[in-house]
Order: sequence, then C-alpha cells, then structure tokens
Amino acid sequence: MAENHYILVKTICVQYNVEPVFLDDLHSMGLLELITVENNKCLHQDTLSDLEKMIRLHNELHVNLEGIDVVFNLLKKVDYLQNQLVKTKNKLEFYEK
Amino acid sequence: MNFIDYYKILGIDKNASESDIKKAYRKLARKYHPDLNPNDKEAEKNFKNINEANEVLSNPEHRKKYDKHGKDWQHADDIERAQKQHNSSRQQGYQSYSGQSHTEDDFSDFFESMFGGQRTSGSRQSHNQVQFKGQDFNAELQLNLTDVYTNESQILTVNGKKIRLTIPAGIENEQVIKISGKGGPGVNGGPNGDLYITFNIVNNTKFKRYGNNLHANVDLDLYTSLLGGDIMVDTFSGKVKLKVAPETQNETKVKLKGKGFPIYKKEGEFGDFIITYHIQTPKNLTDKEKELFTTLQKLR
Repeated sequence: MAENHYILVKTICVQYNVEPVFLDDLHSMGLLELITVENNKCLHQDTLSDLEKMIRLHNELHVNLEGIDVVFNLLKKVDYLQNQLVKTKNKLEFYEK
Repeated sequence: MNFIDYYKILGIDKNASESDIKKAYRKLARKYHPDLNPNDKEAEKNFKNINEANEVLSNPEHRKKYDKHGKDWQHADDIERAQKQHNSSRQQGYQSYSGQSHTEDDFSDFFESMFGGQRTSGSRQSHNQVQFKGQDFNAELQLNLTDVYTNESQILTVNGKKIRLTIPAGIENEQVIKISGKGGPGVNGGPNGDLYITFNIVNNTKFKRYGNNLHANVDLDLYTSLLGGDIMVDTFSGKVKLKVAPETQNETKVKLKGKGFPIYKKEGEFGDFIITYHIQTPKNLTDKEKELFTTLQKLR
C-alpha cells in the first residue's frame, strides 16, 4: 500500500449510504480488509475502489455477498487472462514481423 | 440524432408492464455493467443506452410522452403548446423539431436535452450515491522501443494538470500502470481517483523483442562461417566484438547473455540478445574462383 491513509468505516457508511454490517459482512467473507486503529474500524484508501465496486454490484445489480465473491474471483481471472493475452499478442507480433 | 427505440434497446414490446421493464433492464444491466466488463467500451455504451431507456420507460410520465410523440417526445410540451397557440403555423413548428439531424454518438445529448443534463456518466448516475473517491482516468502513451531501454521521464498533461512520470525501463507493449491519486478529485475530502496509463511501444529498430530478450539476424560471409573469425555486432547498447566458431552453419543461434532488454523494475538486470547467423554465399564468381571452388568440390 502506497501510504498509511485509513478512512473510518463510520465515515464511509455515511458517504455511501450503506450499513456498517454490510462492510462487516464483506470483511467476514474475506472480501474486504478492515483494520482497527485506536478502537475505530478503518479501511485503507487503496481498497476503496474495490468497495465502491462491491456497493455498486450490490445496489445496482442486486448481487448478494456470495455473488460478489464469485464476480471478484472471475474478474481476477479475466484480468490475469487479459495480461496473458497482451503477452501472447506481443510474442505473436515477434513471429509475424 | 436518430430515433432511439427504447423498447428495442430493452428487448421488450410496447405493451410491456412496469415489471417487464424492470426485469429486462436488470437482466441487461447484469450483462453490460461496466464493473463486470472492465475496459470494454462497447459494453459501456450498451450500459449507457439501457440506462437511458430504463430511465425514460420506467417513469410513467416520460413513457407516455415517448409513446405519444416518438422521436419528438422530448419536446412534447413545446409541441402541444405550439399547437394550441399557433394553430395556423403548427405544421411548420412541428417540422422544426422533426427536421433535426443527429448522430448516434449524441445519445447522451438526446437524453440530456430532456433531462437537462442531470445525469453523470457510466454506472454512477441516478442512484443517489454520494461519490467519495474521484473518477479514475485512462490515458495512452506511445513510446519508441529505444525510449524504454532506460528509465524514461515524461511530463504528461492530464485534464490540464502536469504530471511528472518516471517510466521504468523494460515496460512491455500494452502494459498498464496505475498512478494512484492522479485521477479526478475526490468528493467531500475523499481521495483522488487513479490514473491508468496504457503504453504503446513502437519498435522502429532492427531488433525484435520477445519478452526481455532481443533477437537480430546477422549476415555472415562464407569464409568467416567456414574458417571462423571475429566480427562486430550491433547490440541495443552498442557494438560488441564476437568470435565466430569455424564451420558455423546457416541459422545458427548465438546467445549473448545480459545483452538483451532491461527487465522491468529489476535494476541492472537484462534479458539476453540472440543472434541468428545468415550465411551469405558469394555472387558473381570470377573464373579463378570457380576453378578453386571446383577443386574444393573434388576434394570432398
């Protein structure tokens, strides 16, 4: 993580209009890392974009927590495959030139 | 702007109930949601379209106007007012609306002309969510292969801001790097978005890159290939002297360790440089040469 920049879970819940239990559930499922700093639960800012994605999937697409877990695993695979594709394309270019 | 058939976009017929619309929208939203289709511009466009269709058709008032006036539905109030006030010239007034010509790219304008630009973009609109982290930006940067042989400093202008960037040597073609906090500004004191840069590496050199290794063909004259000798070979970092073994065959590959491309984010480490010898046979032989070659031939 780039720097120690933690955001209070309380603040996040107000800003995103989500219940703290939602973040706790994500944490207990291993989808989100929450850190306790001076008795306050916090989230590192680097994981905020993942949380935003989870909130959107939950609110906009009505995906439950298990579904979010599946989606995130599949997205990781897609990302890995896309990287492999880029590497393969570069190798192919080598033989086509 | 072409007429946009919102029913067609959602794949429903004109008599669809509110729940049919909701169901169709949710099904398509799950298919095209940008979070499920990262870096897919086509999906993003489709998602925008289905959102527009849903926002119009799920609002009974807007749907009524759309059903009644079709492509001019966004001007329904104006049309009706014009019809009342200017009976004699209503046809002309109507034509001024229907005569508009738009392209498909104006889809958002089409929508915003009705809703006064209340939308933002992508998936984050109309759900009453307060944004916290700023928007992520995507940019492309084209560099020559020679530029990425060493650490390269560049100053980029993203949304009017200058960003000084050090690109590590050895970056790959189409590799994406994330620069934290250089995207759009955060809301309510939240962190900034991130900047994603995709590198487009153009190779104008005689070297071919294969991962961290570089490849090149080297022409070798017949005599050096047969008897061996020293040759000078161009590498990416300059010329090197190379010993050619006697009786070197055509297409022989020789590896020069550590003379390839720098390994990304591994300071001082390099791939290999692989040379393929192409033996050039002499042309336009003189009579004397022919005679000597014949003698050689007889010896074998």
